[in-house]
Amino acid sequence: MASTGILIETENGAVKETSLGVMTAAAGQEIIALVTDADPAGLKDKLAEYGAAKIVKLTASGKDVSASPDLAARALDAAVGKYSLTALLGTASTTGKDVFARVAAIMDQPLVSDCVALDIQAKTAKKSHFSGKTFASLKVDAAVFLATLRPNAIEAKAAPAAGEIEEFPADVTDPELLIIKEVKKGDSDKVDLTEAPVIITGGRAIKAAENYKMLEACAAKIGAAVGASRAAVDAGYAPHSMQVGQTGKTVSPKLYIACGVSGAVQHFAGMKTSKVIVAINEDKDAPIFAKCDYGIVGDIFDVVPVMTEKL
Amino acid sequence: MKICVCVKHVPDTAATIKIEGENAFRDSEIKFVVNPYDEYGVEEAVKLKEKNGGEVVIVTVGKAEAAATIRSAMAMGADRAILVKTDSQFLDASLTAKALKAAMEKDGLPDMIFTGKGSVDTESFQTQYRLAHSLGMPVVNEVSTLSVDGKKAVAELEVGGGDKQVIEIDLPCVIGATKGLNEPRYPKFPDIMKAKKKKIDEMSLADLGLDASAPGVTVEKLEPVPERTGAKMIEGSVEEQVTELIRVLKEDEKVL
Repeated sequence: MASTGILIETENGAVKETSLGVMTAAAGQEIIALVTDADPAGLKDKLAEYGAAKIVKLTASGKDVSASPDLAARALDAAVGKYSLTALLGTASTTGKDVFARVAAIMDQPLVSDCVALDIQAKTAKKSHFSGKTFASLKVDAAVFLATLRPNAIEAKAAPAAGEIEEFPADVTDPELLIIKEVKKGDSDKVDLTEAPVIITGGRAIKAAENYKMLEACAAKIGAAVGASRAAVDAGYAPHSMQVGQTGKTVSPKLYIACGVSGAVQHFAGMKTSKVIVAINEDKDAPIFAKCDYGIVGDIFDVVPVMTEKL
Repeated sequence: MKICVCVKHVPDTAATIKIEGENAFRDSEIKFVVNPYDEYGVEEAVKLKEKNGGEVVIVTVGKAEAAATIRSAMAMGADRAILVKTDSQFLDASLTAKALKAAMEKDGLPDMIFTGKGSVDTESFQTQYRLAHSLGMPVVNEVSTLSVDGKKAVAELEVGGGDKQVIEIDLPCVIGATKGLNEPRYPKFPDIMKAKKKKIDEMSLADLGLDASAPGVTVEKLEPVPERTGAKMIEGSVEEQVTELIRVLKEDEKVL
């Protein structure tokens, strides 16, 4: 059986839900879970449950490979050789996209980024082209199939496997081209937008930065992340890190609730592959109602607090 | 200081993409523009030139029609341009990177290279990494804050959840620009007129010793992303609307 490597992402020592979905995308292959930034023992139960035949902790010269994207990329390249991987998959998160592009450059192999579906055996993938307006079906001609999957695009399904833990100390060094001086903490307890299962977005109708607290209160009840439309960011109500859409983030949650968002094409570019889209808007003629699943005509300042109370 | 900015000729994000045949689109009726993320790169390069002197060269791999897009980028203040002509909008990222590298080597390697964080047509987010790797330069992508001091640059990028990494690199380097880095200028009429006289050095892939015959990735099919046909509107008092919405999301859609 051919082996597929999956770069596992973790948070607070636990496997991210999005990585389990990537493992499901590799069903039918021998799955080698590659861990860079956590203790594999703490991940074993979950990774074995979702199909990992092996759980490999990657290290390089005794260093934490996750501390440098170039070192992580070199270690992953070494792992491809060591385990004779015919595919290497990861999440199209900020770090996943960055590391995979580095791996692809080192290996000089094609890379398909941000796929919504893929077939490892056929070496085909489906992904967005033209800012979410079209899907492109791609055929990859490569010895090793490299791809990242859009978070939440594939629902994780349990498929128990052995989950044997081993360590692979890769014989690679950091080229030391990048020196990470510091990490400036944002609002650290907020759920990461691109990987959140539920997102509540505030548009121009939010009227002021402090009114996002109303959305945050609602989001906190269901573990959702809070986003903003371009209009709200441009008006100074929210930072760019919260922007969903063209020139912002592309998201694909199970549930997207747009509060006071008009629904520009550029906004849809960043969220149209969400499973269910709900819009709340005072204007019954807002374009968003033509392109979402459920709509409520109403003032967000009336509707959202009631929603927070009832959730 | 010589700065190269890689600019891609892409359909305007507001354009309607009409698919033709299995894997092509009608490009004759739609407006093409400078890839929006590349505009941040052009602006940053021009600002650096205004501060430190030197020149800004636009490097594009694209169809012959890309010349118009290059003129727009030059109207923002770039000095001249190189266009490596190809027949396809969907050139393999690896080949694009090789073409950019060869064109820059022929012209003389720059002190800095800017790209956008990705292009809005193929959305594949990798050309800058391949270019940087082949030139042995550091690359930082999705840069929203940048300072350059002599031979060093400090770049900030968002790494998720609002956290920002601060990364120091040596020049020469490759920077993938994103929103927040600056506010790209709107060229004034005299700048647009001036840009018409600026030089575009045109060449083919073959001139650079490259060929497009064995792509790693092929677009087999293009299809519209299915559009939703209109919302199911939930009526009633606010209480009733919210109660029904939560019921639908829990029971029918199972997303809560």
